[in-house]
Amino acid sequence: MEIKAKSFAGTLESSDVFVEVSPNSGRKINLESVVLAQFGDDITRVVNEVLDSFKVDNIAITLKDRGALECTIRARVETAIRRQEGK
Amino acid sequence: MSKLINSINEAIKQSGLKSGMTISFHHHLRNGDFVMNAVVDEIAKLGIKDITINASSFFDAHAPIIEHIKNGVVSGLECSYMSGRIGVAVSSGILDKPVIFRSHGGRPADIISGKSHIDVAFVAAPTADKMGNCSGKYGPSACGALGYAFADAMHADHVVVITDNLVPYPLSDFSINETYIDAVVKVDKIGDPAGIVSGTTKITRDPVGLVMADYAAQTIKHSGLLKDGFSFQTGAGGASLAAANYLKDIMLAEKIKGSYGMGGITKYMVDMLVAGCFHTLIDVQCFDLDAVNSLRTNPGHREVTASHYASPIAKSAAVDNLDVVILGATEIDLDFNVNVHTDSSGVIMGGSGGHNDTAAGSKIAMIIAPLVRARLPLISDKVLCVTTPGKTVDILVTQRGIAVNPNRPELLANLKGTGLPIMDMRDLQKLALGITGTPKPITRGKKVVAEVIYRDGTKIDEIMQVI
Repeated sequence: MEIKAKSFAGTLESSDVFVEVSPNSGRKINLESVVLAQFGDDITRVVNEVLDSFKVDNIAITLKDRGALECTIRARVETAIRRQEGK
Repeated sequence: MSKLINSINEAIKQSGLKSGMTISFHHHLRNGDFVMNAVVDEIAKLGIKDITINASSFFDAHAPIIEHIKNGVVSGLECSYMSGRIGVAVSSGILDKPVIFRSHGGRPADIISGKSHIDVAFVAAPTADKMGNCSGKYGPSACGALGYAFADAMHADHVVVITDNLVPYPLSDFSINETYIDAVVKVDKIGDPAGIVSGTTKITRDPVGLVMADYAAQTIKHSGLLKDGFSFQTGAGGASLAAANYLKDIMLAEKIKGSYGMGGITKYMVDMLVAGCFHTLIDVQCFDLDAVNSLRTNPGHREVTASHYASPIAKSAAVDNLDVVILGATEIDLDFNVNVHTDSSGVIMGGSGGHNDTAAGSKIAMIIAPLVRARLPLISDKVLCVTTPGKTVDILVTQRGIAVNPNRPELLANLKGTGLPIMDMRDLQKLALGITGTPKPITRGKKVVAEVIYRDGTKIDEIMQVI
Protein backbone atom coordinates (compact mmCIF):
# COMPACT_ATOMS: atom_id res chain seq x y z
CA MET A 1 0.00 0.00 0.00
CA GLU A 2 1.15 3.52 -0.73
CA ILE A 3 0.79 6.23 1.93
CA LYS A 4 -0.55 9.29 0.10
CA ALA A 5 -1.80 11.48 2.91
CA LYS A 6 -1.30 12.26 6.55
CA SER A 7 -3.58 10.46 8.97
CA PHE A 8 -4.00 9.73 12.68
CA ALA A 9 -5.45 7.18 15.08
CA GLY A 10 -5.62 6.75 18.84
CA THR A 11 -5.39 9.10 21.81
CA LEU A 12 -2.90 10.20 24.44
CA GLU A 13 -4.92 8.54 27.23
CA SER A 14 -3.10 6.15 29.57
CA SER A 15 -2.96 2.62 28.06
CA ASP A 16 -3.55 3.98 24.53
CA VAL A 17 -1.20 5.00 21.72
CA PHE A 18 -1.46 7.97 19.37
CA VAL A 19 -0.29 7.08 15.84
CA GLU A 20 0.47 9.53 13.04
CA VAL A 21 1.39 8.38 9.51
CA SER A 22 2.59 10.45 6.56
CA PRO A 23 4.16 9.88 3.11
CA ASN A 24 7.90 9.25 3.09
CA SER A 25 10.58 7.60 1.06
CA GLY A 26 11.56 4.47 2.96
CA ARG A 27 10.20 3.26 6.32
CA LYS A 28 10.83 5.59 9.25
CA ILE A 29 9.51 4.69 12.73
CA ASN A 30 9.63 7.31 15.45
CA LEU A 31 8.68 5.80 18.82
CA GLU A 32 8.10 7.60 22.10
CA SER A 33 6.85 5.40 24.95
CA VAL A 34 6.39 5.42 28.72
CA VAL A 35 7.49 1.78 28.65
CA LEU A 36 10.36 2.20 26.16
CA ALA A 37 12.86 0.42 28.43
CA GLN A 38 10.54 -2.53 29.04
CA PHE A 39 8.73 -2.89 25.69
CA GLY A 40 10.50 -0.64 23.11
CA ASP A 41 11.83 -3.52 20.97
CA ASP A 42 8.48 -5.31 21.17
CA ILE A 43 6.57 -2.26 19.98
CA THR A 44 8.94 -1.69 17.02
CA ARG A 45 8.58 -5.36 16.02
CA VAL A 46 4.76 -5.14 16.14
CA VAL A 47 4.70 -1.93 14.07
CA ASN A 48 6.95 -3.56 11.44
CA GLU A 49 4.69 -6.63 11.36
CA VAL A 50 1.59 -4.50 10.69
CA LEU A 51 3.40 -2.46 8.01
CA ASP A 52 4.64 -5.70 6.40
CA SER A 53 1.15 -7.16 6.36
CA PHE A 54 -0.13 -4.10 4.45
CA LYS A 55 3.03 -4.06 2.28
CA VAL A 56 3.81 -0.50 3.31
CA ASP A 57 7.47 0.29 2.61
CA ASN A 58 7.38 4.06 2.27
CA ILE A 59 6.05 5.68 5.42
CA ALA A 60 6.93 7.99 8.27
CA ILE A 61 5.12 6.72 11.36
CA THR A 62 5.19 8.39 14.77
CA LEU A 63 3.87 6.62 17.88
CA LYS A 64 3.26 8.37 21.18
CA ASP A 65 2.68 5.36 23.42
CA ARG A 66 1.11 5.64 26.86
CA GLY A 67 1.44 1.95 27.71
CA ALA A 68 -0.89 0.43 25.10
CA LEU A 69 -1.20 -3.36 24.93
CA GLU A 70 0.02 -5.13 21.77
CA CYS A 71 -3.54 -5.58 20.42
CA THR A 72 -4.17 -1.83 20.83
CA ILE A 73 -0.96 -0.92 19.02
CA ARG A 74 -1.85 -3.23 16.09
CA ALA A 75 -5.36 -1.76 15.87
CA ARG A 76 -4.22 1.88 16.03
CA VAL A 77 -1.50 1.42 13.40
CA GLU A 78 -3.88 -0.39 11.05
CA THR A 79 -6.54 2.29 11.53
CA ALA A 80 -4.09 5.13 10.83
CA ILE A 81 -2.96 3.44 7.61
CA ARG A 82 -6.46 2.65 6.37
CA ARG A 83 -7.90 6.06 7.24
CA GLN A 84 -5.66 7.76 4.67
CA GLU A 85 -6.74 5.30 1.94
CA GLY A 86 -10.04 7.08 1.41
CA LYS A 87 -8.47 10.54 1.30
CA MET B 1 7.49 39.24 76.36
CA SER B 2 7.32 38.17 72.72
CA LYS B 3 9.24 35.76 70.50
CA LEU B 4 8.28 37.62 67.31
CA ILE B 5 11.15 38.11 64.86
CA ASN B 6 10.83 40.41 61.83
CA SER B 7 11.87 38.04 59.07
CA ILE B 8 12.88 34.51 58.21
CA ASN B 9 16.39 35.87 57.51
CA GLU B 10 16.71 37.25 61.06
CA ALA B 11 15.27 34.08 62.56
CA ILE B 12 17.91 32.00 60.76
CA LYS B 13 20.69 34.31 62.03
CA GLN B 14 19.31 34.14 65.59
CA SER B 15 19.10 30.33 65.42
CA GLY B 16 22.88 30.07 65.01
CA LEU B 17 22.50 27.89 61.91
CA LYS B 18 25.89 27.05 60.40
CA SER B 19 27.17 25.18 57.36
CA GLY B 20 26.92 21.41 57.82
CA MET B 21 23.86 21.50 60.07
CA THR B 22 20.44 19.80 59.70
CA ILE B 23 17.14 21.65 59.38
CA SER B 24 13.64 20.15 59.35
CA PHE B 25 10.15 20.75 57.96
CA HIS B 26 6.77 19.00 58.16
CA HIS B 27 4.66 18.39 55.06
CA HIS B 28 1.15 19.26 56.22
CA LEU B 29 0.94 22.04 53.61
CA ARG B 30 1.75 19.34 51.04
CA ASN B 31 2.03 20.59 47.46
CA GLY B 32 0.88 24.06 48.56
CA ASP B 33 3.87 24.65 50.89
CA PHE B 34 5.77 27.95 50.51
CA VAL B 35 7.83 27.66 53.70
CA MET B 36 10.62 25.22 52.79
CA ASN B 37 11.58 27.11 49.62
CA ALA B 38 11.42 30.48 51.42
CA VAL B 39 13.68 29.29 54.26
CA VAL B 40 16.25 27.63 52.00
CA ASP B 41 16.37 30.74 49.76
CA GLU B 42 17.27 32.82 52.84
CA ILE B 43 19.86 30.27 53.97
CA ALA B 44 21.46 30.56 50.52
CA LYS B 45 21.52 34.38 50.80
CA LEU B 46 23.35 34.09 54.13
CA GLY B 47 26.11 32.06 52.45
CA ILE B 48 25.44 28.94 54.54
CA LYS B 49 26.32 25.68 52.72
CA ASP B 50 26.21 21.90 53.12
CA ILE B 51 22.77 21.80 54.80
CA THR B 52 20.83 18.56 55.30
CA ILE B 53 17.05 18.90 55.02
CA ASN B 54 15.06 16.40 57.06
CA ALA B 55 11.45 16.87 55.89
CA SER B 56 8.57 14.50 56.55
CA SER B 57 7.92 14.70 52.77
CA PHE B 58 9.07 16.48 49.62
CA PHE B 59 6.54 17.38 46.91
CA ASP B 60 6.79 18.79 43.41
CA ALA B 61 6.34 22.28 44.92
CA HIS B 62 9.82 21.82 46.41
CA ALA B 63 11.52 21.57 43.00
CA PRO B 64 13.52 24.82 43.69
CA ILE B 65 15.54 22.73 46.20
CA ILE B 66 17.15 21.07 43.14
CA GLU B 67 18.94 24.36 42.36
CA HIS B 68 20.11 24.60 45.97
CA ILE B 69 21.57 21.10 45.68
CA LYS B 70 23.44 22.13 42.53
CA ASN B 71 24.80 25.32 44.19
CA GLY B 72 26.00 23.47 47.31
CA VAL B 73 23.57 25.00 49.81
CA VAL B 74 21.86 21.64 50.31
CA SER B 75 23.93 18.45 50.43
CA GLY B 76 21.63 15.91 52.09
CA LEU B 77 17.95 14.96 52.16
CA GLU B 78 16.02 12.79 54.62
CA CYS B 79 12.28 12.11 54.40
CA SER B 80 9.41 9.62 54.48
CA TYR B 81 8.12 10.40 51.00
CA MET B 82 9.40 12.19 47.88
CA SER B 83 7.51 12.94 44.67
CA GLY B 84 7.60 15.16 41.60
CA ARG B 85 10.68 16.72 40.00
CA ILE B 86 12.80 16.37 43.13
CA GLY B 87 12.33 12.57 43.04
CA VAL B 88 13.35 12.50 39.37
CA ALA B 89 16.43 14.65 40.06
CA VAL B 90 17.52 12.50 43.02
CA SER B 91 17.03 9.34 40.93
CA SER B 92 19.35 10.78 38.29
CA GLY B 93 22.05 11.06 40.97
CA ILE B 94 22.39 14.80 41.74
CA LEU B 95 23.28 14.22 45.39
CA ASP B 96 26.64 12.82 46.53
CA LYS B 97 25.07 11.38 49.71
CA PRO B 98 22.16 8.94 49.45
CA VAL B 99 18.74 10.20 50.56
CA ILE B 100 17.68 8.59 53.85
CA PHE B 101 14.09 7.30 53.74
CA ARG B 102 12.32 6.48 56.99
CA SER B 103 8.69 5.52 57.65
CA HIS B 104 6.20 7.88 59.29
CA GLY B 105 6.78 6.02 62.56
CA GLY B 106 10.53 5.53 62.10
CA ARG B 107 11.22 9.23 61.48
CA PRO B 108 9.94 10.51 64.87
CA ALA B 109 11.43 7.45 66.60
CA ASP B 110 14.89 8.36 65.29
CA ILE B 111 14.41 12.05 66.16
CA ILE B 112 13.26 11.22 69.70
CA SER B 113 16.04 8.67 70.32
CA GLY B 114 18.64 11.17 69.08
CA LYS B 115 19.77 8.98 66.16
CA SER B 116 18.58 11.67 63.81
CA HIS B 117 19.53 15.08 65.19
CA ILE B 118 17.82 18.30 64.09
CA ASP B 119 19.64 21.58 64.68
CA VAL B 120 16.87 23.94 63.59
CA ALA B 121 13.22 23.01 62.95
CA PHE B 122 11.03 25.35 60.91
CA VAL B 123 7.37 24.72 61.71
CA ALA B 124 4.87 26.13 59.21
CA ALA B 125 1.82 27.00 61.34
CA PRO B 126 -1.57 28.02 59.89
CA THR B 127 -2.28 29.81 63.19
CA ALA B 128 0.08 30.86 66.01
CA ASP B 129 0.44 33.40 68.80
CA LYS B 130 3.49 35.53 69.63
CA MET B 131 4.93 32.86 71.97
CA GLY B 132 4.63 29.99 69.46
CA ASN B 133 1.52 28.14 70.60
CA CYS B 134 0.30 26.93 67.21
CA SER B 135 -2.36 24.95 65.38
CA GLY B 136 -3.21 23.74 61.89
CA LYS B 137 -6.97 23.87 62.45
CA TYR B 138 -7.52 27.60 61.88
CA GLY B 139 -6.51 30.35 59.48
CA PRO B 140 -6.48 30.94 55.72
CA SER B 141 -3.91 28.17 55.22
CA ALA B 142 -5.57 25.64 57.57
CA CYS B 143 -4.31 22.11 57.05
CA GLY B 144 -5.88 20.33 60.05
CA ALA B 145 -3.63 18.03 62.05
CA LEU B 146 0.08 18.80 62.56
CA GLY B 147 1.00 15.22 63.50
CA TYR B 148 4.36 15.08 61.71
CA ALA B 149 5.64 18.34 63.25
CA PHE B 150 5.59 17.36 66.93
CA ALA B 151 8.82 15.35 67.18
CA ASP B 152 10.71 18.08 65.30
CA ALA B 153 9.33 20.83 67.56
CA MET B 154 9.95 18.86 70.76
CA HIS B 155 13.47 17.63 69.98
CA ALA B 156 15.24 20.11 67.69
CA ASP B 157 17.86 22.36 69.33
CA HIS B 158 16.12 25.47 68.03
CA VAL B 159 12.54 25.83 66.79
CA VAL B 160 11.13 28.59 64.58
CA VAL B 161 7.36 28.84 64.02
CA ILE B 162 6.41 30.50 60.71
CA THR B 163 2.79 31.65 60.43
CA ASP B 164 0.53 33.79 58.24
CA ASN B 165 -2.18 34.05 60.88
CA LEU B 166 -0.94 35.61 64.11
CA VAL B 167 -3.63 35.64 66.82
CA PRO B 168 -3.72 37.24 70.30
CA TYR B 169 -1.90 35.35 73.05
CA PRO B 170 -2.73 32.75 74.21
CA LEU B 171 -4.10 30.61 71.39
CA SER B 172 -6.38 28.32 73.41
CA ASP B 173 -6.77 25.35 71.04
CA PHE B 174 -3.06 24.82 70.32
CA SER B 175 -1.49 21.63 69.00
CA ILE B 176 2.17 22.39 69.66
CA ASN B 177 2.77 24.57 72.71
CA GLU B 178 5.11 27.49 73.42
CA THR B 179 7.42 25.56 75.76
CA TYR B 180 9.26 24.16 72.72
CA ILE B 181 9.39 27.31 70.57
CA ASP B 182 12.29 29.77 70.30
CA ALA B 183 11.03 32.22 67.69
CA VAL B 184 7.91 33.20 65.74
CA VAL B 185 7.94 34.82 62.29
CA LYS B 186 4.87 36.34 60.63
CA VAL B 187 4.88 36.12 56.82
CA ASP B 188 2.26 37.07 54.22
CA LYS B 189 1.45 33.52 53.15
CA ILE B 190 2.74 30.12 54.26
CA GLY B 191 1.05 28.28 51.41
CA ASP B 192 -1.48 28.01 48.63
CA PRO B 193 -4.74 26.60 50.06
CA ALA B 194 -5.51 24.86 46.72
CA GLY B 195 -2.37 22.73 47.13
CA ILE B 196 -2.75 22.16 50.88
CA VAL B 197 -6.03 20.27 51.07
CA SER B 198 -8.35 19.18 48.31
CA GLY B 199 -11.78 20.80 48.30
CA THR B 200 -13.10 17.25 48.29
CA THR B 201 -11.42 13.91 47.80
CA LYS B 202 -13.35 11.77 45.36
CA ILE B 203 -14.08 8.08 45.15
CA THR B 204 -13.19 6.48 41.86
CA ARG B 205 -15.75 6.08 39.06
CA ASP B 206 -13.39 3.85 37.12
CA PRO B 207 -15.09 0.41 36.80
CA VAL B 208 -11.78 -1.40 37.45
CA GLY B 209 -11.32 0.59 40.67
CA LEU B 210 -14.90 -0.15 41.75
CA VAL B 211 -14.44 -3.91 41.23
CA MET B 212 -11.29 -3.80 43.36
CA ALA B 213 -13.09 -1.75 46.01
CA ASP B 214 -15.98 -4.23 46.11
CA TYR B 215 -13.60 -7.19 46.46
CA ALA B 216 -11.73 -5.33 49.20
CA ALA B 217 -14.93 -4.63 51.19
CA GLN B 218 -16.16 -8.24 50.73
CA THR B 219 -12.76 -9.56 51.84
CA ILE B 220 -12.93 -7.47 55.02
CA LYS B 221 -16.52 -8.62 55.61
CA HIS B 222 -15.41 -12.27 55.52
CA SER B 223 -12.03 -11.76 57.24
CA GLY B 224 -13.34 -12.60 60.69
CA LEU B 225 -12.37 -9.14 61.97
CA LEU B 226 -15.47 -7.14 61.01
CA LYS B 227 -17.30 -7.07 64.33
CA ASP B 228 -17.86 -4.59 67.18
CA GLY B 229 -14.60 -2.86 68.05
CA PHE B 230 -13.29 -3.05 64.46
CA SER B 231 -10.49 -0.59 63.61
CA PHE B 232 -9.55 0.50 60.12
CA GLN B 233 -7.21 2.65 58.05
CA THR B 234 -7.30 3.46 54.36
CA GLY B 235 -5.44 5.79 52.04
CA ALA B 236 -6.82 8.65 49.98
CA GLY B 237 -6.62 6.90 46.59
CA GLY B 238 -9.88 6.67 44.63
CA ALA B 239 -10.24 2.89 44.94
CA SER B 240 -9.35 2.89 48.66
CA LEU B 241 -12.02 5.52 49.29
CA ALA B 242 -14.55 3.50 47.32
CA ALA B 243 -13.67 0.46 49.46
CA ALA B 244 -14.24 2.53 52.62
CA ASN B 245 -17.59 3.62 51.25
CA TYR B 246 -18.68 0.00 50.54
CA LEU B 247 -17.41 -0.99 53.99
CA LYS B 248 -19.53 1.75 55.58
CA ASP B 249 -22.65 0.29 53.90
CA ILE B 250 -21.81 -3.19 55.22
CA MET B 251 -21.14 -1.89 58.76
CA LEU B 252 -24.40 0.08 58.83
CA ALA B 253 -26.46 -2.82 57.40
CA GLU B 254 -24.98 -5.26 59.92
CA LYS B 255 -25.08 -2.69 62.77
CA ILE B 256 -21.37 -3.08 63.53
CA LYS B 257 -19.95 -0.49 65.93
CA GLY B 258 -16.24 -0.16 65.22
CA SER B 259 -13.71 1.48 67.51
CA TYR B 260 -11.51 3.79 65.46
CA GLY B 261 -10.67 4.89 61.95
CA MET B 262 -7.17 6.19 61.39
CA GLY B 263 -4.80 7.77 58.94
CA GLY B 264 -4.62 10.56 56.66
CA ILE B 265 -8.30 11.45 57.16
CA THR B 266 -10.75 12.23 54.35
CA LYS B 267 -14.45 13.09 54.07
CA TYR B 268 -15.23 9.37 53.74
CA MET B 269 -13.72 8.54 57.13
CA VAL B 270 -15.51 11.57 58.63
CA ASP B 271 -18.80 10.22 57.18
CA MET B 272 -18.10 6.85 58.85
CA LEU B 273 -17.50 8.59 62.20
CA VAL B 274 -20.71 10.62 61.90
CA ALA B 275 -22.70 7.53 60.85
CA GLY B 276 -21.51 5.70 63.95
CA CYS B 277 -19.19 3.17 62.30
CA PHE B 278 -16.44 4.35 64.69
CA HIS B 279 -16.48 6.29 67.96
CA THR B 280 -13.07 7.89 67.29
CA LEU B 281 -10.95 9.07 64.39
CA ILE B 282 -7.20 9.12 65.01
CA ASP B 283 -5.81 11.76 62.69
CA VAL B 284 -2.15 12.39 61.92
CA GLN B 285 -2.91 14.46 58.80
CA CYS B 286 -5.99 15.79 57.00
CA PHE B 287 -6.45 15.30 53.26
CA ASP B 288 -9.50 17.49 52.61
CA LEU B 289 -11.54 20.37 54.01
CA ASP B 290 -14.19 18.07 55.50
CA ALA B 291 -11.48 16.43 57.59
CA VAL B 292 -10.17 19.84 58.73
CA ASN B 293 -13.69 20.99 59.71
CA SER B 294 -14.39 17.75 61.55
CA LEU B 295 -11.10 17.91 63.48
CA ARG B 296 -11.99 21.45 64.53
CA THR B 297 -15.54 20.66 65.67
CA ASN B 298 -16.01 16.97 66.52
CA PRO B 299 -14.52 15.89 69.88
CA GLY B 300 -14.43 12.28 68.61
CA HIS B 301 -11.97 13.33 65.91
CA ARG B 302 -8.58 13.45 67.55
CA GLU B 303 -5.22 14.82 66.35
CA VAL B 304 -2.24 12.60 67.21
CA THR B 305 1.53 12.92 66.85
CA ALA B 306 3.34 10.80 64.26
CA SER B 307 4.90 9.01 67.20
CA HIS B 308 1.51 8.15 68.75
CA TYR B 309 0.36 7.09 65.28
CA ALA B 310 3.15 4.73 64.38
CA SER B 311 6.38 4.89 66.41
CA PRO B 312 8.12 1.52 66.76
CA ILE B 313 9.88 2.64 69.99
CA ALA B 314 6.94 4.24 71.82
CA LYS B 315 5.49 2.18 74.69
CA SER B 316 2.54 1.74 72.35
CA ALA B 317 1.30 3.30 69.13
CA ALA B 318 -2.12 3.36 67.50
CA VAL B 319 -0.98 1.12 64.61
CA ASP B 320 -0.49 -1.70 67.14
CA ASN B 321 -4.27 -2.05 67.59
CA LEU B 322 -5.23 -1.74 63.93
CA ASP B 323 -7.39 -4.55 62.50
CA VAL B 324 -7.32 -3.78 58.78
CA VAL B 325 -5.32 -1.36 56.66
CA ILE B 326 -5.84 -0.84 52.92
CA LEU B 327 -2.62 0.14 51.14
CA GLY B 328 -1.43 0.72 47.59
CA ALA B 329 1.55 -0.61 45.62
CA THR B 330 3.47 0.30 42.49
CA GLU B 331 4.85 -3.25 42.50
CA ILE B 332 4.42 -6.41 44.57
CA ASP B 333 6.51 -9.55 44.17
CA LEU B 334 6.00 -13.29 44.56
CA ASP B 335 7.08 -13.03 48.22
CA PHE B 336 4.49 -10.23 48.82
CA ASN B 337 7.22 -7.57 49.22
CA VAL B 338 5.75 -4.20 48.24
CA ASN B 339 7.37 -1.21 46.54
CA VAL B 340 5.85 2.26 46.94
CA HIS B 341 9.18 4.10 46.67
CA THR B 342 9.77 3.89 42.91
CA ASP B 343 7.82 3.41 39.70
CA SER B 344 8.44 0.35 37.54
CA SER B 345 11.38 2.12 35.89
CA GLY B 346 13.10 2.68 39.25
CA VAL B 347 12.41 6.44 39.47
CA ILE B 348 11.62 7.67 43.00
CA MET B 349 7.96 8.78 43.20
CA GLY B 350 6.89 8.09 46.77
CA GLY B 351 8.07 6.46 49.95
CA SER B 352 6.75 4.45 52.85
CA GLY B 353 4.83 7.14 54.63
CA GLY B 354 2.94 4.91 57.08
CA HIS B 355 2.92 1.93 54.67
CA ASN B 356 5.31 -0.38 56.50
CA ASP B 357 4.25 0.86 59.96
CA THR B 358 0.59 0.01 59.43
CA ALA B 359 1.40 -3.23 57.62
CA ALA B 360 3.47 -4.35 60.63
CA GLY B 361 0.90 -3.24 63.21
CA SER B 362 -2.34 -4.36 61.58
CA LYS B 363 -3.89 -7.83 61.73
CA ILE B 364 -4.59 -7.65 57.98
CA ALA B 365 -2.52 -5.50 55.63
CA MET B 366 -4.38 -5.49 52.32
CA ILE B 367 -2.80 -4.21 49.12
CA ILE B 368 -5.23 -3.06 46.45
CA ALA B 369 -3.95 -2.22 42.98
CA PRO B 370 -4.86 -2.89 39.34
CA LEU B 371 -3.21 -6.00 37.88
CA VAL B 372 -1.84 -3.97 34.95
CA ARG B 373 -1.11 -0.24 34.74
CA ALA B 374 -0.23 1.20 31.33
CA ARG B 375 1.13 -2.19 30.17
CA LEU B 376 3.22 -2.72 33.30
CA PRO B 377 2.30 -5.79 35.33
CA LEU B 378 1.80 -5.17 39.06
CA ILE B 379 3.40 -8.46 40.11
CA SER B 380 7.13 -8.92 39.51
CA ASP B 381 9.56 -11.69 40.43
CA LYS B 382 11.38 -9.24 42.72
CA VAL B 383 10.37 -5.62 43.44
CA LEU B 384 12.85 -2.88 42.48
CA CYS B 385 12.73 -1.58 46.06
CA VAL B 386 11.35 -3.21 49.20
CA THR B 387 9.31 -0.63 51.12
CA THR B 388 7.30 -3.14 53.12
CA PRO B 389 8.51 -6.68 53.75
CA GLY B 390 6.24 -9.46 52.44
CA LYS B 391 5.99 -11.17 55.83
CA THR B 392 3.86 -8.20 57.01
CA VAL B 393 1.63 -8.12 53.90
CA ASP B 394 -1.37 -10.44 54.13
CA ILE B 395 -3.44 -10.16 50.98
CA LEU B 396 -3.40 -8.66 47.48
CA VAL B 397 -6.68 -7.56 45.87
CA THR B 398 -6.75 -6.86 42.11
CA GLN B 399 -9.67 -6.61 39.69
CA ARG B 400 -8.84 -10.07 38.28
CA GLY B 401 -8.08 -12.03 41.40
CA ILE B 402 -7.12 -12.02 45.08
CA ALA B 403 -3.93 -13.63 46.44
CA VAL B 404 -3.54 -14.53 50.13
CA ASN B 405 -0.07 -14.71 51.66
CA PRO B 406 0.67 -18.40 52.32
CA ASN B 407 1.72 -17.43 55.86
CA ARG B 408 -1.96 -16.58 56.58
CA PRO B 409 -3.77 -19.94 56.21
CA GLU B 410 -6.57 -18.91 58.62
CA LEU B 411 -7.38 -15.89 56.44
CA LEU B 412 -7.43 -18.10 53.35
CA ALA B 413 -9.79 -20.48 55.18
CA ASN B 414 -12.15 -17.59 56.07
CA LEU B 415 -12.32 -16.53 52.41
CA LYS B 416 -12.94 -20.03 50.97
CA GLY B 417 -16.50 -20.51 49.74
CA THR B 418 -17.30 -16.80 49.67
CA GLY B 419 -17.26 -16.60 45.86
CA LEU B 420 -14.30 -14.21 45.91
CA PRO B 421 -11.75 -15.01 43.14
CA ILE B 422 -8.92 -16.38 45.30
CA MET B 423 -5.84 -17.26 43.25
CA ASP B 424 -2.23 -18.24 43.75
CA MET B 425 0.17 -15.28 43.42
CA ARG B 426 2.06 -17.04 40.59
CA ASP B 427 -1.15 -17.65 38.62
CA LEU B 428 -2.14 -14.03 39.04
CA GLN B 429 1.30 -13.00 37.74
CA LYS B 430 0.92 -15.33 34.73
CA LEU B 431 -2.47 -13.80 33.99
CA ALA B 432 -0.90 -10.31 33.98
CA LEU B 433 2.02 -11.33 31.78
CA GLY B 434 -0.41 -12.95 29.33
CA ILE B 435 -2.00 -9.51 28.87
CA THR B 436 1.13 -7.34 28.81
CA GLY B 437 3.90 -9.58 27.46
CA THR B 438 7.08 -10.00 29.47
CA PRO B 439 8.81 -6.68 30.20
CA LYS B 440 12.57 -6.48 29.64
CA PRO B 441 14.39 -5.98 32.95
CA ILE B 442 15.48 -2.36 33.34
CA THR B 443 19.16 -1.46 33.65
CA ARG B 444 20.15 0.64 36.64
CA GLY B 445 23.33 2.53 37.49
CA LYS B 446 25.87 1.59 40.16
CA LYS B 447 25.44 4.64 42.40
CA VAL B 448 23.19 4.34 45.46
CA VAL B 449 20.85 7.36 45.43
CA ALA B 450 18.76 6.41 48.47
CA GLU B 451 18.82 4.15 51.51
CA VAL B 452 15.51 2.80 52.76
CA ILE B 453 15.40 2.41 56.53
CA TYR B 454 12.72 0.05 57.81
CA ARG B 455 10.71 1.15 60.84
CA ASP B 456 12.94 -0.89 63.17
CA GLY B 457 15.99 1.13 62.10
CA THR B 458 17.57 -1.52 59.86
CA LYS B 459 18.40 -0.79 56.22
CA ILE B 460 15.86 -2.77 54.21
CA ASP B 461 16.94 -1.74 50.71
CA GLU B 462 18.87 0.71 48.52
CA ILE B 463 17.64 2.60 45.48
CA MET B 464 20.06 2.74 42.55
CA GLN B 465 20.59 5.59 40.13
CA VAL B 466 18.41 5.58 37.00
CA ILE B 467 20.46 5.79 33.81
